[in-house]
Amino acid sequence: MTMDPALDTVAGLAAALASRKLSSVEVTAALLDRIERAQPRLNAFITVDREGALAQAAQADAARARGDAAALTGVPIAHKDVLMTAGLRTTCGSRMLSGFTAPYDAFVVDGLRRAGTVLVGKTNMDEFAMGSSNETSYFGTVKNPWNTAYVPGGSSGGSAAAIAARLVPGATGTDTGGSIRQPAALTGICGLKPTYGVCSRYGLIAFASSLDTPGPFARTAEDCALLLNAMAGHDERDATSLARPNEDYTRDLAKPLAGLRIGLPREYFGAGIDADVAAAVDAAIGEFRKLGATTVAIELPAAKLSVPVYYVIAPAEASSNLSRFDGVRYGHRAAEYGNLLEMYKKSRAEGFGAEVKRRILIGTYVLSHGYYDAYYLKAQQVRRLIADDFQRAFMQCDVIMGATTPGAAFEFGAKSADPVQMYLNDIFTIAGNLTGAPAISIPCGFTRAGLPIGLQIQANYFREAQLLNVSHRYQQATDWHARAPEAFQ
Amino acid sequence: MILYDALFALIKREKRPAPAAFQATQDRRAAAPGNKPMTLTLHDVERIAHLARIEISAGEAADVHAKLEAIFAMINELASIDTTGIVPMSHAQDMTMPLRDDRVTETDQRARFQQQAPAVEDGLYLVPRVVE
Repeated sequence: MTMDPALDTVAGLAAALASRKLSSVEVTAALLDRIERAQPRLNAFITVDREGALAQAAQADAARARGDAAALTGVPIAHKDVLMTAGLRTTCGSRMLSGFTAPYDAFVVDGLRRAGTVLVGKTNMDEFAMGSSNETSYFGTVKNPWNTAYVPGGSSGGSAAAIAARLVPGATGTDTGGSIRQPAALTGICGLKPTYGVCSRYGLIAFASSLDTPGPFARTAEDCALLLNAMAGHDERDATSLARPNEDYTRDLAKPLAGLRIGLPREYFGAGIDADVAAAVDAAIGEFRKLGATTVAIELPAAKLSVPVYYVIAPAEASSNLSRFDGVRYGHRAAEYGNLLEMYKKSRAEGFGAEVKRRILIGTYVLSHGYYDAYYLKAQQVRRLIADDFQRAFMQCDVIMGATTPGAAFEFGAKSADPVQMYLNDIFTIAGNLTGAPAISIPCGFTRAGLPIGLQIQANYFREAQLLNVSHRYQQATDWHARAPEAFQ
Repeated sequence: MILYDALFALIKREKRPAPAAFQATQDRRAAAPGNKPMTLTLHDVERIAHLARIEISAGEAADVHAKLEAIFAMINELASIDTTGIVPMSHAQDMTMPLRDDRVTETDQRARFQQQAPAVEDGLYLVPRVVE
């Protein structure tokens, strides 16, 4: 069976479009048809912009005809619905913003537009990016393309499912506690969380400002590099955006791995890890040894505190950020109320779902009078202990490897009644957000039940090119990333 | 809960004296009759829901209370970690906030932005009467 050419990777499509083997209109129309057919089964999209996408595709083809093509001209992609897209509905997966049209483009949306990509639609997500299973979206759950009885992970579950099901070759996500890497692992694709500050947060609807990080999703590391090239850069409109020279993230892809030192944290292996996941991770590390890497045992003693630290810092920042939704300037307003206070309370009670309210309440409590030092300040101190552990580890190794998640995808409802169980799914990913250092999840095998397994690779600040190099070399030697769910080949 | 137990077993064994700020809070809470240290009460839930401007029914408050208790049981593990003299890390990059030139950069887009508002009139946002 020959693969439909429209289902190629970002790099493959960019080459086919450049050589005029395909037009953007052909590719975009083919993918829009796939999206339409898959939507009842997966619910990966909140908004599909067929008309706008075909118009952009025609413009892309015209630009190429006049010799005006950029790196990704005509390649269709999707954006997570937490990113503002000018003129297009942007909901954050919430009833609160179900009628909201973004007045401007997010920095990363603008960057990908300027690189020539065609925006086909906005992907489903956990409400305000709060969740690890996509079960908190106001627009319904996203299904895992590998088995629709299972969650795709969250919060960027729609973007991940769309790529796994070959509905788009690339998409954006945002990662606050693992929201790119965890769904990438659970759906068998690649997801990169860059260093905090490398991609501007301008136009990313804020959840936890000191942790929120936009990043790319794709099937290969090479594609992630191409997308990151268009997403990274300094932006004055985000005070935490870093002024650094532009990088070409594809530059080191082919570098040999001989001499690479892989750190294996004692804390990431052993009790609590699913046996199939542990076996796949061990096999992947064996593959890296064959590619010339060496391994070194390291310790990250404070890393196990990541989850409690995160569940102080993230809700604290969320409670502050989400106070802007008051039913006055934008967003949902209750139909009936007696006075201003009641209007606020009813609008927010109706506009937010249970998980969002829970986190606002946690945040309000830890920031309230008399508790700030015991919770927020304490969590920030332990955050530094965690970051110090990683700095010590990176003196012994170049990258750190382990499972992205303790287990593969779980069934709907399996953890939704117990928030603590759900939160612990992000045990390995959260540290990367607390430190701000980059990390990637790449597919490294399947469970006996046929569900994908992710390998997380972490590196020190600004080593995205190295993460992509390490991932790319692994993908040259293995084919996990090329497998597609049977129903979506 | 297996993972949770495994992860925190080590910390529990290494219990160190709680720092003064935490200890003070703990003492104050413990002094209130019927309160366990750092226990979140149903009344606390109602109070913070009011502070957060979220209407909450009695039934919801009870459910939220049960879930928050479990979450705070996890969070409270932090209290046993010695952080004496540790500088809080408020940000992923230890950077100073950049300053820009003091010049006007924004243009008037009120009419455009007000298209999103639930209720406007003559360029004003409408809310219930605040001053009688």
